[in-house]
Amino acid sequence: MSTSSTDLSAEERLVQAFEANEGQALNGAASLGEIRREAISRFSTLGLPGPKSEAYKYSPVTRALRHEYEVNVDAEPEHGVTESDVDDLLLPGLDAHIITLVNGRFDADLSRIGDLPDGVIARDFHGASAEHADLISEHFAQYADHRERVFVALNTAFTKDGAFVYVPNNTILEKPIHVLNVTSTDRDLFIQPRNLVIAEQSASATVIETDHTLTDSQTFTNAVTEIAVGANAHVDHYKVQAEGENASQVNNISAYQTRDSLFSTTTFTLSGRLVRNNLHITADAENCESRLYGLFMGRDEMHVDNSTLVDHTMPNCMSDELYKGILDDDATGVFNGKVFVHRDAQNIKAYQSNDNILLTNDADIYTKPELEIYADDVQCSHGATSGQLDEEAMFYLRSRGLSRSQAQSMLLVAFAGDIVDHVEVEPLREVLSETVTERFAETSEAATRWKA
Amino acid sequence: MALLEINDLHVSVEDSEILRGVDLTIDTGQTHAIMGPNGSGKSTLAKVLAGREEYEVDRGSVLFEGEDILGDEPDERAEKGIFLAFQYPVELPGVSMNNFLKESVNKVREARGEEPLGAADLLQQIREKAELVGLNADLTKRSVNEGFSGGEKKRNEIFQLAMLEPKLAIMDETDSGLDIDALRAVADGVNKLRTDDRGFMVITHYQRLLNYIVPDRVHVMIDGRIVRSGGKELAVELEDKGYEWVREDAAVAA
Repeated sequence: MSTSSTDLSAEERLVQAFEANEGQALNGAASLGEIRREAISRFSTLGLPGPKSEAYKYSPVTRALRHEYEVNVDAEPEHGVTESDVDDLLLPGLDAHIITLVNGRFDADLSRIGDLPDGVIARDFHGASAEHADLISEHFAQYADHRERVFVALNTAFTKDGAFVYVPNNTILEKPIHVLNVTSTDRDLFIQPRNLVIAEQSASATVIETDHTLTDSQTFTNAVTEIAVGANAHVDHYKVQAEGENASQVNNISAYQTRDSLFSTTTFTLSGRLVRNNLHITADAENCESRLYGLFMGRDEMHVDNSTLVDHTMPNCMSDELYKGILDDDATGVFNGKVFVHRDAQNIKAYQSNDNILLTNDADIYTKPELEIYADDVQCSHGATSGQLDEEAMFYLRSRGLSRSQAQSMLLVAFAGDIVDHVEVEPLREVLSETVTERFAETSEAATRWKA
Repeated sequence: MALLEINDLHVSVEDSEILRGVDLTIDTGQTHAIMGPNGSGKSTLAKVLAGREEYEVDRGSVLFEGEDILGDEPDERAEKGIFLAFQYPVELPGVSMNNFLKESVNKVREARGEEPLGAADLLQQIREKAELVGLNADLTKRSVNEGFSGGEKKRNEIFQLAMLEPKLAIMDETDSGLDIDALRAVADGVNKLRTDDRGFMVITHYQRLLNYIVPDRVHVMIDGRIVRSGGKELAVELEDKGYEWVREDAAVAA
């Protein structure tokens, strides 16, 4: 029987790719194999989100996957990324441990990990899965739910490489880890990096992930980052999405917090075609603090979807969430935030809000902040606003001599500044602040570093 | 040539006529007070002069230094030297006073053919003018009007007036809601800025302000028209007899 690949559904093509690669290409620690097989079976059962999927109601991810992306398992030696490309993408003035992934595969020559404190590991996931099998089997696939979440299942089945970071007890990693995700290919690739960050008890780390595209081919990245935040540990996480206009991604981040821990994550979506973020935080012990912030700036036909879940299972925790969107041209934004407070999780303080500005009549926003509370002693709030720039504020500025575009730019930079100001890493904050300012400047000058 | 000359101005918003034929002339160096009951059209007049877009000018003209400005954008009017002190100054979270002043002062300077101010000169100007109008200089390090008290917001308007040095300053109910100390401070700031080459239009509901900012002329606006004009003693008479007196008078005259 001969079946041309175009007759197959996206699911069938992906399962076929799994079967073809399961042996040699996807090898790693033995325990990975079992989880991988479970994951592909869950992927088949769950299927890609259908037209009636509530979770993907506004985001045509499944439609995007009808495009026949090539599943990338082996590294491409001819990716063409040079040292100077990497230099252009780094943050000026930031002294960091740099892990470079090209098309989802670790590239040792382009990474600059440097000296690490005793016991700290920062390296490729692939090598770590053999050399640190104990850590991998303790943490891998424990926080991102491959049984119920279809894109996590898919990524888990194909797990091969990515970034691996481990910070042991009582260790403070002074310099940030910068995971530089670079896409560079002349093929239409389907890329699935898998990252794992472990901060043990009283450890402290900052992880910055940035996404960039150097080529024009169509790509689709389905990334998973699992972050384990140990007791009394502190992890600051940043994700900057600055991909090209032919690059789409589903970005799954799952953080698991234990007692007295602090986890903070900020997502900046500056460009790309279709971007879906699934952020899932579980505060599974008392006295956790979780902070989640986001800024998305859509233009042209861009589609940005932020779906967040904060799961409060235990009492005496706090979460603070603020997402802001600025949508221009025909761009579409989606925000679906959920805070879930379990019955025994008393004395929770949870705040959630989403504010959006639409710059044109053709831009759309769908926003749904949600609280689901089963405990009776909580302090929770949520809300959303969407609209044009405030006319009274515009008139005030213009009555002081500012042109319409000057006034608009000033108000948008201020609006976005609320999120940019949350960035604790100064060189990152500066580049983001510059990017935002130049995006909304009257006459957009030459491309900035992360032109977006 | 008059600084400002308004002829037979008719203005409506959403099909309801608010100004019904306003005539008013202000010469440079003069301070004119416009008094009137709530809803008489005083604030509408202020906003129309500054270029607020939602108002429809149905008839009439507004000449500024002899030039019709009704087709100008709000920023073009600011560049020509018109300044509106807002009745309700807008809070702009995240917009720093410094940045705002830099852009606005330099825009207006450029229009006047002056060199833009550098950072150091601007800072010095800010210090001087803040002191002149009694604005706490710490406020200039914050976001525009954010978390300012009512009095601080009004004082910030006078401060911006001092920074921009307009030819015509329109004060829209700058006194309303202020306690007597804040009122004195604001009036004091305005008086320091009264010069021979600047005109003021002071809009107020209450006569009290005019004890501190003594006007050259007083106009009473009722139902979208100026129905009576006189010297500063008119304000006192109004205080005694109330707006009803002018209203009846106007009705008899009509």
